[in-house]
Amino acid sequence: MSTEISSAHRSHQLGRIFIYGSLIVLAAFYLMPLWVMIVTSLKSLDEIYSGSFIGLPKLITIEAWEKAWGQACIGTACDGLRPYFVNSLLMVIPAVVLSTGIGAINGYILTKWRFPGSNLVFGLLLFGCFLPFQAVILPMAQLLGKLRLSGTIPGLVLVHTVYGISFTTLFFRNYFITIPDELTRAAQIDGAGFFRIFFSVMLPASLPIIVVSCIWQFTQIWNDFLFGVSFTAGQSSPITVALNNIVNVTMGRKQYNVDMAAAMIAAIPTLIVYVVAGRYFVRGLTAGAVKG
Amino acid sequence: MSTLEIDRVRKSYASLEVLKEVSISIGTGDFLVLLGPSGCGKSTLLNMIAGLETITGGEIRIAGKVVNNLSPKDRDIAMVFQSYALYPTMTVRQNIEFGMKIRGLPAAERDKAVKIAADLLQMSHLLDRKPSQLSGGQRQRVAMGRAIVRQPKLFLFDEPLSNLDAKLRVDMRTEIKRLHARLGTTIVYVTHDQIEAMTLATRVAVMKDGVVQHLDEPQAVYDRPANVYVARFVGSPAMNIIPGVLEVNGSTVSAVINVANRPAASISGMSLSGDAARKYAGKKVLVGIRPENFSITTGNARPTVSVDIDVVEPTGPDTLVVFQLGGVEVTARLPPKQANAGQEAILSVDTSKVVIFDADTETRID
Ligand SMILES: Nc1ncnc2c1ncn2[C@@H]1O[C@H](COP(=O)(O)OP(=O)(O)O)[C@@H](O)[C@H]1O
Ligand SMILES: [Mg+2]
Repeated sequence: MSTEISSAHRSHQLGRIFIYGSLIVLAAFYLMPLWVMIVTSLKSLDEIYSGSFIGLPKLITIEAWEKAWGQACIGTACDGLRPYFVNSLLMVIPAVVLSTGIGAINGYILTKWRFPGSNLVFGLLLFGCFLPFQAVILPMAQLLGKLRLSGTIPGLVLVHTVYGISFTTLFFRNYFITIPDELTRAAQIDGAGFFRIFFSVMLPASLPIIVVSCIWQFTQIWNDFLFGVSFTAGQSSPITVALNNIVNVTMGRKQYNVDMAAAMIAAIPTLIVYVVAGRYFVRGLTAGAVKG
Repeated sequence: MSTLEIDRVRKSYASLEVLKEVSISIGTGDFLVLLGPSGCGKSTLLNMIAGLETITGGEIRIAGKVVNNLSPKDRDIAMVFQSYALYPTMTVRQNIEFGMKIRGLPAAERDKAVKIAADLLQMSHLLDRKPSQLSGGQRQRVAMGRAIVRQPKLFLFDEPLSNLDAKLRVDMRTEIKRLHARLGTTIVYVTHDQIEAMTLATRVAVMKDGVVQHLDEPQAVYDRPANVYVARFVGSPAMNIIPGVLEVNGSTVSAVINVANRPAASISGMSLSGDAARKYAGKKVLVGIRPENFSITTGNARPTVSVDIDVVEPTGPDTLVVFQLGGVEVTARLPPKQANAGQEAILSVDTSKVVIFDADTETRID
């Protein structure tokens, strides 16, 4: 009897060790590139070329970071990533706010103010989620040309907002459908109108999905390269395009440390967003109804 | 003055006709209960009164004024929903105040109204809580408070008690009745629970498939149901509907009912109009007898039936006795310990309470 229990216990423990062991190995494998990036960015170019690639730097220097941020040459200008970082911020903030806002209104209408054909509209909007980037580039370029927004940041904001609406609408529609219709009806009887209900009743109850939508949109837009490279040029490029230029266009020795630092600078905002709001992200994806 | 007139109102969703020419009219201070099974159109009708659904045909008048094209906020109504529909991110106070804020009432007036409602519903200590921190009964109270501060012409309730457990449901029922007595406001109340209808209503409208089957005072609906459907829906256990044949002998009307393995029973003494008696003499009818209208024979002059008892179900205050009569299962409500399963019983019938229905149309014959 007792030996049975202890043997069961032992095999349980073995299982645990196996699970944790493989998780650690996989995590290490997965984190390897990040490790290489970090240590490389903290080494001097001489040290890198003298051979050590994976090992810790002998002398830690943030020279590469400074260079990537403020001095690296992109095209003819040598101002580093900073102006492009600012470009990306000027692009991502309005685009995230607009696409999330429009998605929220869309979701609200598609669930609480249904109209004949509203399901069809939703279906067509969903279609947009499956539309590949490549398919919209040409017509979008023509449209931007007509609007005289070609090669500008506002143009990029427009592109990302339009492309993001499908996703944000889906998020909000699926969230609002779990909020009972009786809630909007009660508000109607209280005398609240379309926008009053939206701002006073629906939005306060949708914090989790607002966070999901913002994180999703932020990540998509910040990391986008294709739209950026297609619709902007030179000084108005977002950081992803600038990063590509730094990495691909070099004279003399390839500056691995600067490349790595630049790549991480480009990745940091998304990282911060996940760390700060990640909790809500998981909660928002799993949260169902707001129980009244 | 807050009367409600529902005048030949119809509702269709595309080709689906949900309400067919519903006409109901009630006076100031009435408590109208719309009673019917799930899906019969009660909520739809209530929402049309509220202005939350469009009216396909007919007219709804509140206090004499046609409201067909008025928005909910202009109809001077307040509504309590089944799911309570409290705003989840607002405190109880904010929930109650929300409508007053929209109407632009000054803070002092709002505070006063909240205080009155909170005192009336004994929820002053809950005002700063969020709905998620309240029990079902408390949420129900808040929902009623939100309706009360409106001081509407008409209160609308959509199954307000059906999410509560049995005990609380009875308590809240009493509370709603007390509230109605205190405020005297006209109420329309939707439920599928016939006990709620009986206990609360001054007028009951029994509905089926979008048609009002019977509209009357609860006691009248119980005693003289308009048709077999109403007879079966109101009352628990339901009224027994027993096939029989009507016999008319001079001024005496009797119903002959087959009893298994025994001579047929004849229950006589029902009152029918001369016309009806002539029309149905010798015809098949349905005889409606409520369980409590059977009793153990004590030698009075009432007609009797002898039956073999199948099942005995004591409920405490009385005992339900089940037997076969006229080829159907019949339930009688008797005092405790007066009958045993497997034995014969001689039961007398209170014929003044017996109701006769047409066997084909199932409507009541008078
Ligand atoms: N928006 C709608 N579209 C189509 N049919 C509906 C709609 N709302 C209600 N119905 C139908 O109308 C009927 C009555 O519904 P309802 O009034 O909610 O019933 P009850 O409240 O009596 O349970 C049901 O058969 C329901 O399926
Ligand atoms: Mg209903």
